Amino acid sequence: MKKLPILALLLWLCALFYVGIFLFVGGFLLVRLEVNRTSTCGDVLLPGGQQVDFCQAQPRFRRAVVLIIDALKIDFARFDRANKEPRPFENKLPVLEEITSSKPSHARLYPFRADPPTTTMQRIKGFTTGSLPTFIDVGNNFASSAILEDNLVHQLGEVGKRVVFMGDDTWENLFPKKFHRSMPFPSFNVKDLHTVDNGILQHLYNIMVGDDWDVLLAHFLGVDHCGHRFGPDHPAMADKLTQMDEVIRSVLDRLQNDTLLVVMGDHGMTDTGDHGGESQKETDAAIFLYSPSPLFPEPPSQSDPEVVPQTDLVPTLALLLGVPIPYSSVGQVLLPLFAPDAGAVGAAAGLSQAEALWINAKQVNRFLETYSSMAKDIPPESLSRLQADFTRLSNEYLSTVEQGFSPAPELVASLQRYLTSVRDTCRATWARFNPVKMAAGIAVLACACVLCYVLSEMSSALARESRLLRAPLVAAAVAGACVAASQLLARGNVDGPWALTAAALSSEALFLWRAWRVRRTVAADGEEPSPRRWWLTLPHFFLNPPLLVLLLRCASLLSDSYVIAEGRVVAFLLLSLSLYVPFRLNWDGLLLPPVHDPLKPAGLLPSPGLSLPAVRRESGTFLASLGVLAGCVYLSLWFHGCREEQGSCQPSLFLTPLSRLQDSRLKNLHYVLSLASLGAWTYALRRWLRHYGNLNSPGCAVFAARWVVPLLSVCLGLHWAVSATPEDSFRNLAELISVGQRALPMAAFSLLGLGLALLWLDPLTVFVKARAAVPVRSPVSHPPPRYRASTGVSPQAELHHLIPQLYQRMRRSLEDGEPASVPEGDGRPAVEAYGLGTVYSAPLVLLCGLLGLGLLLLHPEGMSLSFLLILLEMGAMLQIHASSATLNGLQGAPSGGFTVPWTPVVLWSLAATQFFHATGHLPTFPSIQWAAAFVGFPGGHTGTVLPASLVVLNTFSSNILFAVASPLLLFWPLVCEVRGVRGGGRGGEEVDDNAIMEMRLRESPRQFSSALLQLSTRYLFITGAQVFASVCAAAILRRHLMVWKVFAPKLMFEASGFLVSSVSVLAGVSLVLRVDLAVGRWFQRLLPDTSR
Amino acid sequence: MWDQEIRQMASSHAIMASGVFMATVVPAVLVPGFSVYGTHLLWLYSVAGSVAVVNITLFWLLGVSPPTKKHTLTYKVSKLVRSCLYLFLSCLFFHTVVVLYGAPLLETALETFSLAVLLTSLTTLRCVCVLGPNVQAWIRVFSRHGAMSVWDTSLQMVVGCSVVGAWLGAFPIPLDWDRPWQVWPVSCSLGAVIGYLTGLVVAPTWIHWHRKHLTYKSK
Ligand SMILES: [Zn+2]
Ligand SMILES: [Zn+2]
Repeated sequence: MKKLPILALLLWLCALFYVGIFLFVGGFLLVRLEVNRTSTCGDVLLPGGQQVDFCQAQPRFRRAVVLIIDALKIDFARFDRANKEPRPFENKLPVLEEITSSKPSHARLYPFRADPPTTTMQRIKGFTTGSLPTFIDVGNNFASSAILEDNLVHQLGEVGKRVVFMGDDTWENLFPKKFHRSMPFPSFNVKDLHTVDNGILQHLYNIMVGDDWDVLLAHFLGVDHCGHRFGPDHPAMADKLTQMDEVIRSVLDRLQNDTLLVVMGDHGMTDTGDHGGESQKETDAAIFLYSPSPLFPEPPSQSDPEVVPQTDLVPTLALLLGVPIPYSSVGQVLLPLFAPDAGAVGAAAGLSQAEALWINAKQVNRFLETYSSMAKDIPPESLSRLQADFTRLSNEYLSTVEQGFSPAPELVASLQRYLTSVRDTCRATWARFNPVKMAAGIAVLACACVLCYVLSEMSSALARESRLLRAPLVAAAVAGACVAASQLLARGNVDGPWALTAAALSSEALFLWRAWRVRRTVAADGEEPSPRRWWLTLPHFFLNPPLLVLLLRCASLLSDSYVIAEGRVVAFLLLSLSLYVPFRLNWDGLLLPPVHDPLKPAGLLPSPGLSLPAVRRESGTFLASLGVLAGCVYLSLWFHGCREEQGSCQPSLFLTPLSRLQDSRLKNLHYVLSLASLGAWTYALRRWLRHYGNLNSPGCAVFAARWVVPLLSVCLGLHWAVSATPEDSFRNLAELISVGQRALPMAAFSLLGLGLALLWLDPLTVFVKARAAVPVRSPVSHPPPRYRASTGVSPQAELHHLIPQLYQRMRRSLEDGEPASVPEGDGRPAVEAYGLGTVYSAPLVLLCGLLGLGLLLLHPEGMSLSFLLILLEMGAMLQIHASSATLNGLQGAPSGGFTVPWTPVVLWSLAATQFFHATGHLPTFPSIQWAAAFVGFPGGHTGTVLPASLVVLNTFSSNILFAVASPLLLFWPLVCEVRGVRGGGRGGEEVDDNAIMEMRLRESPRQFSSALLQLSTRYLFITGAQVFASVCAAAILRRHLMVWKVFAPKLMFEASGFLVSSVSVLAGVSLVLRVDLAVGRWFQRLLPDTSR
Repeated sequence: MWDQEIRQMASSHAIMASGVFMATVVPAVLVPGFSVYGTHLLWLYSVAGSVAVVNITLFWLLGVSPPTKKHTLTYKVSKLVRSCLYLFLSCLFFHTVVVLYGAPLLETALETFSLAVLLTSLTTLRCVCVLGPNVQAWIRVFSRHGAMSVWDTSLQMVVGCSVVGAWLGAFPIPLDWDRPWQVWPVSCSLGAVIGYLTGLVVAPTWIHWHRKHLTYKSK
């Protein structure tokens, strides 16, 4: 069979998916590095050499009240007298207009432009750090959402200002223990318009009149929730805004002269009341600034900005309140709030415009230097330009100040320009979705899915083609090079993603065209019925129940509720599809053959060669496996974790590590259960291998099965015992325990590595018993009389799974049809080979067993029950697949080669997702089991690669197991075939003919390779389609309330799951190919080449 | 040739459907505070009861059920007992399947069992009426060549539609809309009843449409 072409084809497919994911994620997930430095009072040096501590100087304002009205769009805040028929959200905040027109030197209202993503959490981060937060701020600890970057709340706390907070409890998570007083209210329920607001109003006025605060933060959520629930154009919005109007009025009445009032929205909303994206409706909030003492130059002058970027709030507030600007801020002070000339009004006026800008520019420049030394994502040419600008400006400024002049207005303007260009550079780097890149990613992914489907449907025709991949690869190289070259010529640098897009799309297109031509030639040759038009096959495609279930599964990824309930949804779909199988069999009259009814004409029986007891037995096995499967699915629901969105949910008790269980009886019970399931896992594995005679040969793989697997499970059991031991109970053994905690997992890891290496070196598990009469050079020497006793092959197994006469068969086939006239002494075969019938599946089963034990090591102990369920469910699904194939085959239904139908493959991949949840994982970042990184490394790590890969292995263990084991779907019907026929009670000769199990695959290598290709492309298609669906969900719903909480994490998990699964599929397939190679060599050694 | 039989089926199906409507309307008039969501179990049992009564009466009057071999009283009684036993077992079966699909095991056992009773009255009861207490025959009916009469075909459709309706009814449950009909088991039982009504409409229509191509082996 062709080995390399298959692997190359699969690798190419996977690479296409990777390119698509890379492109999309690059356009969608904005990434920024966090700088973990903080500004201090000492950094802020006024020019002119006065060594004054900045924080000691008298600030412009002593106190500030910041009212954040979530989703206060600028349209809500404007007031239009001419508008006689205002819509519910218009003209509802008249107070702002009244104040700005009656006291123009005290108040201003500006549009307040947010940067995407316009979600509340990112915005709070934005207007407290002054930076442009993205979805992933690298450096942030995923496990807690606290802001680690320098921010305004931190700076206020450092100089001893008392910050009092009330409102949206998101703040409490972002700034744990940073507030002097905090009154958080639950923000989760979007339907609840009043809890947060009323909670604030209970406290706000009392606290304001008191003196126990310096900065008062109040975050109202009602407007936002009203938008999400009813949309802006609804009477409820009018009520809410009117309530806010009253709140602002009451606060205004209680303000004192040394206090600044800021009323602002964190983002706007679309016409449907959602936000998150980058349209102007979402980004343009309102900001209203007011002070009882004069604040602005009298009339709104030309220097007044038209729009205030949200980043500008942080430096402005910082300098007005006399604290250092947070380190990572890229904002620019709001000039109208500062005096035009230094010392014009006296010390109370605070900093002048030029001074404020100078402090601001120095801070921004320092941040830029630090950031560019850490990350390389800001283009170097703009970086050097900004650097040069700053050096020139600072020289100019310092020399002016030293000469005692006040800086010229041009200098102020250039400082402003410098700050604006820094912010624009940063924004271009971080805070922008790239829709073109996203679209390119989606296109590449969609084509890759189509390609997988086409390959799986035409695998036999395509596998026959030679050099299938050459043209697409050449096209990819040419297209990629062309794009790169044209970019180099046009702009001087190469943008990697676009070259990749061109390469991927062109190779996909060429391959599809190739497949199209192959199909037409096949149709023209008349080998297959002429193909229907492809659009006619579409309804057929979607009405096929397994694909319908896949479609439902993909559609479920587009709804946040279904993603939240994913574990149960997948179990539901899995059960539905598996119950469809017996229904379908019964519909075809194959499941329970009708009792022979004399009233009925015999013509109803579909096949004359049917033997009733065999069918009965097969149906019995089938129904029993179905029961086991249903039981496993149900039991697996007990091992789920909980998301924060699922209100009243208790995480499974088995997810708690033993060491954290307090009740000692419960602890013992859990330990015993875990040990029992560990033992059952090992026993089942050995039992299966022995049953099929794969435990007899003295080869490496068998050594792994006989010694490595049990030792590994002993290691695991001991490790659990050691790690569960309470530290205080065995003080004198403490050292031993700590050694054990390190050594036992290490031993397990090395055993696992040893087992895998042995398996790869010599995957054959065949034992040959040569009969002395025939001069065969047997590869292994062994004492024939003793083997039976020593290996414990049961006589029954010997009868059933011995492969008699195989030697003759193989020899006959190798001698190219030459009639075999082998002298046989007593009519018995010359060579008996044990385990040859399961030569392909045994190493795979062994690999699964080893990997399962290794992955179990990374989980909490209780998960061993769940792992046992994985094994059981795998067995049940394989048995269901095999039995339905047999039932189809027994009753004359045509079986198309070794084709694996869609149903078992879809079931298989659904089970992978089901056990992702049933091993306690969830597609959210807080649920990642970080403890896995410390198994065997209780002291921690030095690098990041090893812990990261341990965590990935832990997270995707079920995906790995199911993907590696997927080729078993191809082998299992062959493994089970012998039983059905034997039960059929046919003639002895036929038994021999049929009892060659997996050796059938060697008889028709071409069908074998096409079936293997088909199976793996089907599996890739299913996982790829799910990735595609979650990519679409993230792209379509990027404005959704839940995008950063549900869809984006789901996308990340789905994409990494695909990466892991595809690598595991490749591993499984290459193991099969390795076995095939070994079997080929084995036959060559066994048969002296007499013929040629 | 089956025109008369189809007409008979259509009218009996109309009576069955009106039975379901009556079971919804009559208690709404008689019982104060009755509503399909609020007092769901009451509605559920009233529908199940009316479906049972209408089905048994109609099929008894029509004489669709297979001819009895013996006419002794003991045979009839044993048949009745077996029918009741099968109906009860079917309730248990549906309950198990629904629990396997993810319904809570203990908290809402009563609701789950009521749904099982409703499903039994919509599906198994019709099987009993058309085919008698004969599990073999029930299984046989649901195969491609299993239908032996128009009534068997309509049985396939009505049962299929009811079960698929209940299955589809589970879909809105996870959504966070907080509607009263998302409470377990309202959407499922509504789905089952709607599926049942659809089946009642579809079966005569489909048979009428395909009457030229329908052939039955015997009967
Ligand atoms: Zn918000
Ligand atoms: Zn919102």
